[in-house]
Amino acid sequence: MTETVAETVGMTRRFGNKTAVDALDLTIPKGVVYGLLGPNGSGKTTAMRMLTGLLTPSEGRAEVLGTHLPGNAEPLKSRIGYMTQGFTHYRDLTVFENLRFIAEIHDLPAARKRRRIDELLETYDLREQATMLAGALSGGQRQRLALAATVIHEPELLFLDEPTSAVDPETRRNFWERLFDLVDAGTTMIVSTHLMDEAERCHRIAILDLGRKCADGTPEELIEKVGGRVVEVAGNDLRHIGRELAGHEAISSVAQIGARLRVLVAETVTDAETAVTDALRDHPEVSVRPVRPNLEDVFVLATRGAAR
Amino acid sequence: MISARRTMAILRKELLQLRRDRLTFGLIVMIPLIQLVLFGYAINTEVRHIPAAVVDQSNTSLSQALTQIVEATQVVRFEERFATVEEAERAIVRAEVRAAFIIPHDIDDRLVRSPAIGGRFAPTAPGETARPVAQWIADGSDTLVAGAIRSLRVMPLGELFREPTNTATPTFEVTLFYNPEQRSVVNIVPGLVGIILTMTMIMFTAAAIVRETERGNMEMLITTPIRPLELMIGKIIPYVGIGLLQVGIILGLGAALFSVTTAGSLGTLLVVTLLFILASLSLGLVLSTIAKSQLQAMQMTVFVLLPSILLSGFMFPYEGMPDGAKLIADLLPATHFMRIIRGVVLRDAELADLGPDAAWLLGFAVLGLVVASLRFRKRLD
Ligand SMILES: Nc1ncnc2c1ncn2[C@@H]1O[C@H](COP(=O)(O)OP(=O)(O)OP(=O)(O)O)[C@@H](O)[C@H]1O
Ligand SMILES: [Mg+2]
Repeated sequence: MTETVAETVGMTRRFGNKTAVDALDLTIPKGVVYGLLGPNGSGKTTAMRMLTGLLTPSEGRAEVLGTHLPGNAEPLKSRIGYMTQGFTHYRDLTVFENLRFIAEIHDLPAARKRRRIDELLETYDLREQATMLAGALSGGQRQRLALAATVIHEPELLFLDEPTSAVDPETRRNFWERLFDLVDAGTTMIVSTHLMDEAERCHRIAILDLGRKCADGTPEELIEKVGGRVVEVAGNDLRHIGRELAGHEAISSVAQIGARLRVLVAETVTDAETAVTDALRDHPEVSVRPVRPNLEDVFVLATRGAAR
Repeated sequence: MISARRTMAILRKELLQLRRDRLTFGLIVMIPLIQLVLFGYAINTEVRHIPAAVVDQSNTSLSQALTQIVEATQVVRFEERFATVEEAERAIVRAEVRAAFIIPHDIDDRLVRSPAIGGRFAPTAPGETARPVAQWIADGSDTLVAGAIRSLRVMPLGELFREPTNTATPTFEVTLFYNPEQRSVVNIVPGLVGIILTMTMIMFTAAAIVRETERGNMEMLITTPIRPLELMIGKIIPYVGIGLLQVGIILGLGAALFSVTTAGSLGTLLVVTLLFILASLSLGLVLSTIAKSQLQAMQMTVFVLLPSILLSGFMFPYEGMPDGAKLIADLLPATHFMRIIRGVVLRDAELADLGPDAAWLLGFAVLGLVVASLRFRKRLD
């Protein structure tokens, strides 16, 4: 077994009578990118806030870098970096001033502060914007600034809350390049997302829904598990057929993707292709064929299961 | 221990933000400037030129002379003449005039018998008493106006007969220390230092913590190793400088416009003002940890500001207040400062004379800082 940097046992957080995170068990090994995948309101941010000591769990406990939570989280704060979901740096300060502020808040000695700011402006391609107010940056530039500020003190463990939700694929690709550089340097990352291409980049993911963990493992393992539950239907009048299928008991989900229907069948069904063909007896003109699942299928199947 | 580097980082950030916030920056200078001019010229407890009416029922040269010497006091200015008392009363009701001077038809007779002019023809027959020379009717709703009119009650009238008045030996001799000309502005200028500092210092810091929360920066700040005390100290130091700047403006302008010069030593002035600034800033910080929004912070500032204006001794003398009001007044830093600053500016009081009030301010500042740091939680729940 590899070293564990963070672990939660039955971690729960309630707001009033609403349970935002429900008995979450996670084990996050060192040196990986760990994805928290879940739809809006599934408790990703709340889980991160508990792991960073900003929120106290209502029940259960966590251990992050050897620090027990709930407990004194202060020593942890110079060893972790947390990039919040929204931009939480100062919009009325320039890029350089923001970085200098964070470096000083982390008590970096003057020489290291200068070296780090210089490196980061270079790495995150912000040198030209150094004297611009953060509020005047584009979304992607702002995200790069936030990441630079989050890693300025070279933390061992990074929390990134939906880091690239607002940027184009090209920028996202570059952003992930930087993240993998950090992983190479030994950093562990916990990344929340609801984007499939981001989830695919993670070494391990946990799928959250309504505050509960529905599944976890490597993306390959998870895809493996739902093998044989995905079929594609091609033919005419797909809107009508889709509606018909959706009402069927054996069918979990139907989604139109271009000229095809992607049909996910329920876990109870043994042979997906036969089940769908049976369900479409009245439409002999359509063709049904099994396909390899992708992460989105995993996501939909996992979260559907919890909702029902 | 607290880290100087982190405290400096907060301080520098506050200054940068302040510099980019033009309006706030402008208000720092404009508030003391405008308030001083407004208060200095407008607030005037010596009442002059009250609009009044005269009802002259005798219409003799004597009654005209009487009217003139009354007007010469500058307390009233006769703007209307009425034939009857009823008309004058109606004018008071309509607020056209605030008072009416009624001269009876037998003014000559009354005057000669009046002791006010020396009592040369004082009543001889038993039972016969001197009647007042004339009558004032005044709008009593404004006590300042009423008081001014009442002061005319014992006006010397010897001038009417071109001879020295019988200035009977006064019962008391009054010697006025400090401010012998009785100019109210002398008391207002140093008092205004307290009021303006209360307003700006509490307002700036009351918003200081809430603003971080409202703009979302707090979530970032609390994930860093910053300590509450470092945050608090870094946030108040820039405003200490601003407070001193405002004091400079008020006292400098007070000297230039109203010739209110500081009698005491500048060193003493600096020390006591610093104490008051620190007390106000730490009070603001405590409010800031209570308020959930900047609007709430503003309302809390007003909540402190109003009693600071009314109860601190700025408007009304502390000694004249009922015990309950004194209790509240004693809780306000402004009350203690008002006593100190007037002492230093007007009476050249030494720090030693002001010991208890100065110590109180220091204690308040330290307590406020500790309470604000303890109340501040690096958590979202
Ligand atoms: N401070 C709070 N008070 C009350 N309810 C809260 C609070 N914070 C979160 N919640 C609730 O907890 C649930 C989980 O919220 P959370 O922000 O963790 O979701 P998320 O997975 O981060 O969603 P998103 O993808 O939209 O960011 C939501 O239903 C939300 O309404
Ligand atoms: Mg979130």
